[in-house]
Amino acid sequence: MCGTCGCDEQSGTRTLELERDVLAKNDAIAEHNRLKLNALDAVAINLMSSPGSGKTTLLEATITAVDGRSPVAVVEGDQAASLDADRLRALGCRTVQLNTGSGCHLDAEMLDRALAELDLEPGTLVFVENVGNLVCPALFDLGEQRRVVLAATTEGEDKPLKYPHMFRAADLVLLTKTDLLPHLDFDEGHFASHLNRINPRARLLHICAPRGDGMDQWLDWLRSARSLPSGSASAAPSASS
Amino acid sequence: MHELSIAKSMVDAVLEQTAPDRVVAVHLELGKLSGVEVDAIDFCFDVVTRGTRLEGARLSIEQPAGQGRCRRCGAEFAVTSLLSECACGSLDIELSSGDQVRIRHVEVKRDVRDLRV
Ligand SMILES: [Zn+2]
Repeated sequence: MCGTCGCDEQSGTRTLELERDVLAKNDAIAEHNRLKLNALDAVAINLMSSPGSGKTTLLEATITAVDGRSPVAVVEGDQAASLDADRLRALGCRTVQLNTGSGCHLDAEMLDRALAELDLEPGTLVFVENVGNLVCPALFDLGEQRRVVLAATTEGEDKPLKYPHMFRAADLVLLTKTDLLPHLDFDEGHFASHLNRINPRARLLHICAPRGDGMDQWLDWLRSARSLPSGSASAAPSASS
Repeated sequence: MHELSIAKSMVDAVLEQTAPDRVVAVHLELGKLSGVEVDAIDFCFDVVTRGTRLEGARLSIEQPAGQGRCRRCGAEFAVTSLLSECACGSLDIELSSGDQVRIRHVEVKRDVRDLRV
């Protein structure tokens, strides 16, 4: 070492201490998003699940239930196509479609762009429908204030144990498609205790959006999410905590 | 596969802080409970460094073990998985280590043109 700059004159290399979280840039943009949402008194709710757990159906039912009493916007993340966004636009909901291509999750920069495009009015309830995937979205903070994980009864009661990162990050877990319970070998008690093992701070609600079961509790939770101080109340995604 | 965007973010961060040098090695800390796979990062690193100042760089990965503090009784203990429970029976554990995805340091080589300095 040369002593002045730390370079190794033999090999001509020198070491730079960076000491930096890999996702530092994403997390800074996420914080910017959160401040922007807070300033508008808007709440963004990140919906995460495997494909087919009922996110879009829940959103349809929610938009219908809110029925213009409060401004709602949806940021729709999909790898391709805009089928889900089309369903929501048909209900008159402001929707921005984000196609991630090969990407399997949304990141903070994508939400930043979507929020700019939505040009939110104050007090908007923003739903972010993340790409259907229980692994990758858990690691990326978008700047949302609340995280909701959906799991369908058809997926089996072990989901929280199989995808601990995702369930650890949840503020609320919605067990969907509860109308199918009579036809399935699914133990609700086991699901609840598995979830409790992974994340004792997450709330659990049972819901069947097409039939309206659990919708009142879900709408109550949304109301409380708006009145609570924003910022993630529980576990942050593990890569950035 | 989130490892691809993790690798991209890592390479972007390194490029941002090392210009104009050539980067010959990157030392990464990848916690055992981070949910990021070493093999996948290795593979993605080669792909995303192609054509950049990091092309051909060595990636060395350290995997710190999990360490956490029980939110109920305050005990500190080694956390081997996200299902580990505290001796008091609590599962409400705050990780203090094991979930990091962090660039520690990089080794750079000056561009040949700068050697005269
Ligand atoms: Zn304890």
